[in-house]
Amino acid sequence: MYEGVVQDLIDELGRLPGIGPKSAQRIAFHLLATDPADIARLQEILGKVREGVRFCDICGNVSEEERCRICRDARRDPALICVVEEPKDVLAVERTREFRGRYHVLGGALDPLSGVGPDQLRIKELLARIGGEEVSEVIIATDPNTEGEATATYLVRMLRDFPGLTVTRLASGLPMGGDLEFADELTLGRALSGRRAL
Amino acid sequence: MYLRHLQVTDFRSWEHVDLPLEPGPTVLVGPNGRGKTNLLEAVGYVATLSSHRVATDAPLIRQGCERALVRLAVVNEGRELTVELEIAPGRANRARVNRGAVGRPRDVLGILRTVLFAPEDLALVRGDPGERRRFLDDLLVQRAPRYAGVRSDYEKVLRQRNALLKTAGKRRGDDPYAASTLEVWDNHLATSGAQLLAARLNLVADLGPHTSAAYAGVAPDSRPATIGYRSSLGAALPEGYGVPGGERAEPEKLAEILLDALGESRAAELERGVSLVGPHRDELELTLGETPAKGYASHGESWSFALALRLGSYELLRAESGGEPVLLLDDVFAELDRRRRARLAEVAASAEQVLVTAAVDEDVPAELEGVRFAVTHGEVRRA
Repeated sequence: MYEGVVQDLIDELGRLPGIGPKSAQRIAFHLLATDPADIARLQEILGKVREGVRFCDICGNVSEEERCRICRDARRDPALICVVEEPKDVLAVERTREFRGRYHVLGGALDPLSGVGPDQLRIKELLARIGGEEVSEVIIATDPNTEGEATATYLVRMLRDFPGLTVTRLASGLPMGGDLEFADELTLGRALSGRRAL
Repeated sequence: MYLRHLQVTDFRSWEHVDLPLEPGPTVLVGPNGRGKTNLLEAVGYVATLSSHRVATDAPLIRQGCERALVRLAVVNEGRELTVELEIAPGRANRARVNRGAVGRPRDVLGILRTVLFAPEDLALVRGDPGERRRFLDDLLVQRAPRYAGVRSDYEKVLRQRNALLKTAGKRRGDDPYAASTLEVWDNHLATSGAQLLAARLNLVADLGPHTSAAYAGVAPDSRPATIGYRSSLGAALPEGYGVPGGERAEPEKLAEILLDALGESRAAELERGVSLVGPHRDELELTLGETPAKGYASHGESWSFALALRLGSYELLRAESGGEPVLLLDDVFAELDRRRRARLAEVAASAEQVLVTAAVDEDVPAELEGVRFAVTHGEVRRA
């Protein structure tokens, strides 16, 4: 234990995701030895992040304005919505440069253990969007784990009553450049059941 | 299959041990408290990713150390693989196969198969149903490693569903959201539960004859021993499931039955806030003659039944593909009378490899003449 405020700093840093006690200590002492101007810049950004960042009114992605860059972009196909859990998933899909539609960020997945039900997710907003806009396909891209799968099942139930709407789920299977021999049985099993004709 | 080499670092009492091994019997002899069992525990950990003695990993690390390392060279049908496991409590374990990192420790399951018999196994007969479910699930994973994933999926879904039942039960009536999400979790519970249930039923059907035969071998004068699966589905379980020679259980069919059963017990589940049907409420029933073993069997009969379950497991795995398992016998000969000892020795002597621990030389039957190691403070020396 260090004295006073240094320990407070270490404790605060240690509460961040992915940072253990040792990393927290290293960052704290790095900050102590850093040029005051750098610290001031960090402080300023931390302050701005709380006030300045908002979420897109339409899709829920992080945004600087009322609508995010993607929702403002007229070249993106409004008939196609990709539903993801977190803003970072938007970035992941964007990196593929394959998807030309728009997004909907749920803000998490169904997780009763942490008290997250449909009301805590942006599902109502999604239904309103589909009811109001000309949407022809919803691609569900939640994580392929227990919570993500449950969320996908729930969404399918909510969406099946919209006439003419196609609901799809991202395929799950083998990683590219991988080795069949080293694929785990669950992944390989799903790849088999989701195989396609060539 | 057999172990050609065993190496542990900072595991339990051991700072470092380097042990070359051979097929056939290997006996570790030494006074109590010198760490013989710890070596068997390390081998068993690599095969099952859990200890047969403790539920958490912290006690496996030598005092004052941060992580333990177990490295095994496993020879299966002429092909040698080196498995390395780094155990660090509070963090994810890391695994390597032939010095290359694998994605998850779970990926090493199946490389080494073991059947371990230890004094703790008395709990299989006398303990709670949870002990017997764990026995079945551990054996399932040894039989087909993919069930490690099925099992952990089921546990996750179950925890989520129970959490939902607890909150939904409290504010019942005015909560349409709870009903619609419960259905979602019902579906997932039924799908993954049915996979686990079907695998367990088929396992019990296959294991039954081996266990009965093993029991008759170790206790020929006793009443016949049988095992059976009692499902929380009760009469809804199709006839012939889980019975030797009966129908093979199908996950698709069971998923539908489970889903129906969940619907029927909905009110009671909301009332109590826990999931009332599913493989987590099932029981492996052990019967001697007409009476249940638990509560009725004598000490000797309980011991024999526990031994029969392990020997039955061994014979079952041995009869299937995937490599003959390594037999691990932890300090068990001292507990058995002469006839049982001889019977166990007979099976052990026929094994491709068996590792035995004993406090004194006299406890080890003469049939198990093989390599002997003397275990003393911090050292294992070939005797």
